[in-house]
Amino acid sequence: MDNRGITFGYGFLSQESSFDVQFSLIEYDGSHSYFRAYLVGLLNTILVSVIGIIFATVIGVVVGIARLSNNYLIERTAAVYVEFFRNIPLLLQIFFWYFAALRALPLPQDADPMFGVFFLTIKGLFVPAFIWNNLDIFVYSIIAAIISIIFVRYYAKKKQENEGKQTPVLLISVGLLTILPLLSFLFGGSSFIVEIPVLNQLSQNSYNYTGGLGLPPELIALALALSLYTATFIAECVRAGVQGVGKGQKEAAASIGLTPNQVLKLVIMPQALRIIIPPTTNQYLNLTKNSSLAAAIAYPDLVLVFAGTALMQTGRAIEIVSITMLTYLSLSITISIFMNWYNKKIAIKEK
Amino acid sequence: MQKINFLSPDKNNLYAYLYTGIFLFLVSVFDVSLNSFLSINLTSFLPESISFILPLIIGFIGLHLIRIEYSGIKSLDLLNKNINTNSFNAFLSLIIIFVIIKSLPPILSWFILDANIAGDSKDVCTGTGACWTYIKIWFNRFMYGMYPNAEQWRINLSFISLAFLGSVGYFATEKYKKYLTLYYVVIYPIIAFLFIFFFISGGPIFFDFSYGIIAAVVSIIIGFFIPSKYKMYYFIIVPFTFYILLKYVIFYEELFELGKLEALVWVETGAWGGLSLTFIVSFFCLIFCFPVGLFLSLGRRSDLQIIKYISIGFIEFWRGVPLITVLFMSSVMFPMFLPEDMFIDKLVRVIIAISLFEAAYVAEVIRGGLQALPRGQYDAAKSLGMGYWKMHIFVILPQALKLVIPGIANTFLALVKDTPLIFVVGLLEIVGMLNLAKTNPDWLGFAMEGYVFASIVFFIICYAMSKYSYNLEQKYKTDR
Repeated sequence: MDNRGITFGYGFLSQESSFDVQFSLIEYDGSHSYFRAYLVGLLNTILVSVIGIIFATVIGVVVGIARLSNNYLIERTAAVYVEFFRNIPLLLQIFFWYFAALRALPLPQDADPMFGVFFLTIKGLFVPAFIWNNLDIFVYSIIAAIISIIFVRYYAKKKQENEGKQTPVLLISVGLLTILPLLSFLFGGSSFIVEIPVLNQLSQNSYNYTGGLGLPPELIALALALSLYTATFIAECVRAGVQGVGKGQKEAAASIGLTPNQVLKLVIMPQALRIIIPPTTNQYLNLTKNSSLAAAIAYPDLVLVFAGTALMQTGRAIEIVSITMLTYLSLSITISIFMNWYNKKIAIKEK
Repeated sequence: MQKINFLSPDKNNLYAYLYTGIFLFLVSVFDVSLNSFLSINLTSFLPESISFILPLIIGFIGLHLIRIEYSGIKSLDLLNKNINTNSFNAFLSLIIIFVIIKSLPPILSWFILDANIAGDSKDVCTGTGACWTYIKIWFNRFMYGMYPNAEQWRINLSFISLAFLGSVGYFATEKYKKYLTLYYVVIYPIIAFLFIFFFISGGPIFFDFSYGIIAAVVSIIIGFFIPSKYKMYYFIIVPFTFYILLKYVIFYEELFELGKLEALVWVETGAWGGLSLTFIVSFFCLIFCFPVGLFLSLGRRSDLQIIKYISIGFIEFWRGVPLITVLFMSSVMFPMFLPEDMFIDKLVRVIIAISLFEAAYVAEVIRGGLQALPRGQYDAAKSLGMGYWKMHIFVILPQALKLVIPGIANTFLALVKDTPLIFVVGLLEIVGMLNLAKTNPDWLGFAMEGYVFASIVFFIICYAMSKYSYNLEQKYKTDR
């Protein structure tokens, strides 16, 4: 290394970065430091991973259950979806959505609003933004609701163990989650205005929306591809989990007089979850790591901003690549520690 | 005649329900088909929302009427059991049927009816459908990358001969079956490497390769006539002597100086690409990652603490980082640690990087199989006096590997699907070539066709692999 004239050190992180990033969750421009650029990339990676995980879980669970349906058409449709999306490389899917599907969207000036307020255009998805007044009180009320739900659950579990009675936890939770925030509107003085995106003419032939929240097409394509791809694997995990619960369990539960809903809730799901959780964790980890493919379509994630632009500018390959790898390593380890904790919590407690 | 209650169809008036139900169902399907294929809306006199939802309602009533349990008609029972068990299922079935009918015409017209394949320039693509001309013109590039057109027969020949050599296993008789593992694990990869390195890469070095082949073939043919007593000595001495003779005495000077036989043109790895590069990368990564993963998994279960923790660290590191950063590392960071005058080819670096990356995954899969074996297997093998290696090779691994065939197949599938990522180091396999072709000024605007084509190619490859692994699993399945 020495004879190549390369110096080693992390001092460059505080230097001015002097490059711009098109999409960022925190305030950032060229005058900020490289460390700030790193944070921008990291937050964008986390954003797309979280969106992807949520959608992949929803689609995956629905498709997984659909694959178990006794309706032939539904089962086949789900199977075709799984086989098709699972066997095509993720990168190809990202390219397809970004370069082929989203490019067919209308220009901003021709876009038809969906439900009057959403605008899906070639420049991205524009949704109304909420402009909050006294946001903190609203957030506190939600936190209070969550804490009280935890207490209710704890109490309900104790009651069931002692007296064998079931409490409608779900109803109470939904009630708490709506009533407490509502109180914050009525008495806490928090309110919001909805800002609907408005079409603006920038120049002769160039239009764009201002106001509201704009999601860039890169983010949409990436989130779409990631969730559709990962959902196939989650669907298979769900299917394997539910099939893994013995038929006898279901029959035994029915024979002691539980209703079908109770059978699902109290007998099947707790056992199926035990099989489903570990492989699903792996899929979440894969999704997080796969989000680095963002670099291919110029979504400013960690790899593109830091291991791409910042590396080209500073030439500090060793430091930057090692920081990037360590970041992903710690993200993976964090998720896997959390999921291991959850897995341990729901595992069979053998006496 | 009993009173007919349309709310709860029963067996008594079976045919009344059946005919009304089927009629209503067919009417709804007919309406949707007319709308979708001929764009005629029968119910256009109604308000738009009602006209849209009407076939759904009619079809739903129809399916409700034919939902009769134990009707005694076999096909009706089959239909009810499969798509019409209750109202919710009937509703979903109807929606799926209508969506299929609705989406058939646009898909058909895009793929076939309005598509163009004739001609050889962009101008023929005037229809609203796909422009398969684009794929036709660029086909060679998608398959071979920037490999010179005149030399592409070398890739074809190599792949065909490798496929032929690979299928030897199917034709082997019982007598030779025991050598097959050795053949596939050691000899076949070496042959494949020779083909890729000398034949596809080419260059003057090709002569060495061809002399080697001539020497080997000739000496094997003569070898059949040598008494078995001397065979070993013969095969140690003769091929090499023959090779040296060929190279330095008989041909060397003459061929080069007279130019009778021109050497194969050297094609640098940067020009390789397309689907053939996908195959080359996947093939070598597959071959390398398996043994590395096997040793890592054994290392992770080793009694020696140092080996154990090194293996754990190695596996967890590779599993924790995305492949794209590994490739970044191999392309920008790795060369800095090499001595100044040393250069390792880009393709080789990529293959090493992907192999190590996938090896970590293979290791975890194999560890699962090792853990699933009951302790008794180890104890029994040890009590027979087997050492560590003997125990693993003859008792543990055959059983463990059999258990994890699906897992290994999944890892290999992931490997094949990861190969497009090599674009980060500038190697363009099929997806990379598509992106290049897409930006060609003469062929702008055909991204969709390209991606659909590549999707179909990858789907065929991956689907075939997964079906093959399923067959393999069934074949080696033993009841335990």
